[in-house]
Amino acid sequence: MEEVDVEPTTTPIPGVDSNRKHLGFVWGPGDILVYETIYKASGLSTGGCPFVHEVRKDEDICSPILRKLFNESHHIFVGLQGIRDDLPSKNKKTQFVSISKNYRSVIRACMEELQQVAGKVEGKSDGRISPVFFLQVSILLAVELIWNLCEVLFIDAAPAGSLLLHLLDWVRLHKADVDEKARDVLQSESPTEHQAYWDVVISYVLQGRMDEARQVLMKQAALQPAARGMFKLGAQTLTEFDVKWRHWHEEVDRCLQDQSFASNPHLEVICKILVGDEDVLLEHKELLSTWYHFLVTRLLFSHPIVKPTELHYYAQSSMHMFLDTRSVPEPLDSILLAAFEFDIHQVIKDCSIALNNWWFVAHLTDLMDHCKLLQSHNLHFGSNLREFLLLEYASGLFTHHSLWQLAVDYFDHCPEFGRVYLELQIERVPLDTERKALKVLRICEQRQMTEQVRSICKIMAKGALRNNRLGSALSWSIRAKDAAFATLISERFLQDYCANGAFSDLDLIDNLGSAMLLSDRLTFLGKYREFHRLYGEKCFSDAAKLLLSLMTAKIAPRTFWMTLLTDALPLLEQKEVIFSADQTHELMFCLEDLTSGNCLPKPDRAMQDEDIDTTKIEILRLALARNLAKAIVKEGTVEV
Amino acid sequence: MFLARSIAADHKDLIHDVSYDFHGRRMATCSSDQSVKVWDKSENGEWICTANWKTHSGSVWRVTWAHPEFGQVLASCSFDRTAAVWEEIVGESSDKQRGLRHWIKRTTLVDSRTSVTDVKFAPKHMGLMLTTCSADGVVRIYEAPDVMNLSQWSLQHEISCKLSSSCISWNPSSSRVHPPMIAVGSDDSSAVYSGKVQIYEYIDHTRKYAKAETLMTVTDPVHDLAFAPNLGRSFHVLAIATKDVRIFKLIPMRRDATHSSTPTKLEIQVLAQFDNHNSQVWRVSWNITSTLLASSGDDGCVRLWKANYMDNWKCTAILRGDGIPVNCSHDVVSQQSLLTASSAERKLS
Repeated sequence: MEEVDVEPTTTPIPGVDSNRKHLGFVWGPGDILVYETIYKASGLSTGGCPFVHEVRKDEDICSPILRKLFNESHHIFVGLQGIRDDLPSKNKKTQFVSISKNYRSVIRACMEELQQVAGKVEGKSDGRISPVFFLQVSILLAVELIWNLCEVLFIDAAPAGSLLLHLLDWVRLHKADVDEKARDVLQSESPTEHQAYWDVVISYVLQGRMDEARQVLMKQAALQPAARGMFKLGAQTLTEFDVKWRHWHEEVDRCLQDQSFASNPHLEVICKILVGDEDVLLEHKELLSTWYHFLVTRLLFSHPIVKPTELHYYAQSSMHMFLDTRSVPEPLDSILLAAFEFDIHQVIKDCSIALNNWWFVAHLTDLMDHCKLLQSHNLHFGSNLREFLLLEYASGLFTHHSLWQLAVDYFDHCPEFGRVYLELQIERVPLDTERKALKVLRICEQRQMTEQVRSICKIMAKGALRNNRLGSALSWSIRAKDAAFATLISERFLQDYCANGAFSDLDLIDNLGSAMLLSDRLTFLGKYREFHRLYGEKCFSDAAKLLLSLMTAKIAPRTFWMTLLTDALPLLEQKEVIFSADQTHELMFCLEDLTSGNCLPKPDRAMQDEDIDTTKIEILRLALARNLAKAIVKEGTVEV
Repeated sequence: MFLARSIAADHKDLIHDVSYDFHGRRMATCSSDQSVKVWDKSENGEWICTANWKTHSGSVWRVTWAHPEFGQVLASCSFDRTAAVWEEIVGESSDKQRGLRHWIKRTTLVDSRTSVTDVKFAPKHMGLMLTTCSADGVVRIYEAPDVMNLSQWSLQHEISCKLSSSCISWNPSSSRVHPPMIAVGSDDSSAVYSGKVQIYEYIDHTRKYAKAETLMTVTDPVHDLAFAPNLGRSFHVLAIATKDVRIFKLIPMRRDATHSSTPTKLEIQVLAQFDNHNSQVWRVSWNITSTLLASSGDDGCVRLWKANYMDNWKCTAILRGDGIPVNCSHDVVSQQSLLTASSAERKLS
């Protein structure tokens, strides 16, 4: 079986003369940008280049109707992964078949919707249906056809006997125009005169739908006896069936020899079909329309208990008989033939090459892998092939602004490379809003992707800082556990406080909790704000204790001590004594520490600043001394 | 593939490089008209030019974005022998430009004595590091020790490749098993027999970069090279643009502790070689998941290459100029599906 080999398609880019210029490019998320350029130009002006062109590969993701396909099949996929391995195989088979049917119904629903939309467009006076639409519908038709056949042959694995029944169903499902024609004929004034009358009867016979054929034949009262002669296929044991069938076959043959139908050429034709006369069958190519219909009909009337292993022989010969020698088999034909040959790998390979989108091969291969159908071929590639296709499909989804969330589940079920692919791609999801960022973060946190979590939080923090949203920046750095950045932002808060006398984002700072411990500066910010709160609530002694500890426990940066001491002033100058004697001593010690040694006057400081400082220090010393006196007195007094 | 959109770039001269930012929402273009333009993607997918300024006094060859963890930062390099770092800042509320964003130059790197041919940021796990290579064959690695102050950059390493350099690529792997690795390509046409691709590795012990390997089989001028994203593999994949497209597999050999002051020994294998461009190949680049490689050549085409699950490489698509002058944006639908299902029933009224 030759592989479907395909030449790469060439996409023209307007306005670029490929004979004289080069085509520059850059990869983007889901697209590739190309532009006219000349590599190795020496910097001389060679004329402007007007355009940068955005080239895309998959249009499927953009279609809103196909999006439903992706969403719903994702649902089925996740359910399939959850099927437990330890179920008895008979139960599993029924489940797999039902899942396969689910997938197919999703495809059909999608097709119907596409056709509905087309119908609406056609209804309008200027409605034109784009060729892309036809392409999508025909691809879905082909996909469903192939999937259905794979379900019959591989998943359901029908044995001889029921195999043919399933194949008949398959053909009938995909040749629905017969019923329409029949309706037309039966609803007309004189059905037997209708030009399509015999076509309908013969089509029914070709499809093995004897009841319907009989019904239509009944319209001709004269033919009633003939109608009764139709054979009915039923569910019996193979041997029983075989005997009965042969018996019937001989009877029909005799009828032909007897020329009992000589009067009516149409009936004679039908009779010949019933004995499986291949030439007559081929005369009705138009009604059969496909070689596989021909195959199934042929089997129906010549070899109804065909075994799966014999199928490929009949398939090949049917195809050769049906197609004329000049026509080359299309990719679809090769795929179906490979299926009849039970060459699953070939089917998958050919579908991958022939189809634009990975959706079909990825889901079908996954299902067949669950049915353990791939392992029997080549153990090494069995599971790798499934993963390869799923990764391709999911990577394609990731470029879409909402479908990327579906892709996550697919990656989760690729044991070898899923995680690393997810790590790589989830970082690239644009963080347009906080909500989206949180969504991405949740996914990363659930999977312990700590580096990605850190990176995303850092990006958000940096963005918030750029836009001067300090509160947001701080909460993102805390989430990123980025101590350095948290320190930076705390500094900014403190600077703002010094400049404006008030804190912004109080809610955030008040509720830091243990996150405060991330960085020293952050701890200070939190505690400092707590001090202000205590002061505001008039819990003066608690506030005082806190204030002092900020300095003695070295939580406060030295540059801030002056501010803290100044904050202590109102507490010192209260009527009642707040700072104890010991505490006052400590404050004094801090003041001395600050004013000696470290504080060398900077050469560029204005005289005014120095004066202010000196005054402040004097006021502080005075207040401290007075407080000390009051404290000593208070502590020394015995209550009578 | 099909053309989705055409953007009127409006540069006054040839565009030499286009670079997407990390999230694919912003784009920078640079040109022989000495300017850089920054574009933002709006919600409906249209590109809007939000900045346009003169960056150098010669053709600007390449422009590249830093990782968004470091803010909105661009680097450019030029024929004028310099590379520059730019940062976008938001106007302070006290300014007249409150809330307006604009780009300012943070630093100019003037160490090169010849045209600077490529500029790339190192992988983010290494910090904020910028690398340049010049026609004089020197690769320079700069670092900004304080990421909040982008005007301070220090030259950490100077690697003399001895051949005129045209391109650099960092190995993006952040795995602890792989020390930092950079590949340098040379387009020197005078040194006929020398290998034109050199691979340098950072040695912790000596705190310097040492040459790990020269690809001796690549003797023609190299115009571009690109490491593929790592994806958890133990080996590295490097694509080279030379007289053909070549993909190499570099397998680090196991090493013991005693050799930790020398670079890792690498086994070199050729994964694929394509000469479909029939001539010089000028650019190669991997897509984000390293499942597709694109190349641009003298035949005026861009080709896409893909490996199937059996690791067989094939060309899957070609982009080629059609030579027809354009005056407005197109809507060309040229995708073809090979599975036409003409033998399947069409249920259309």
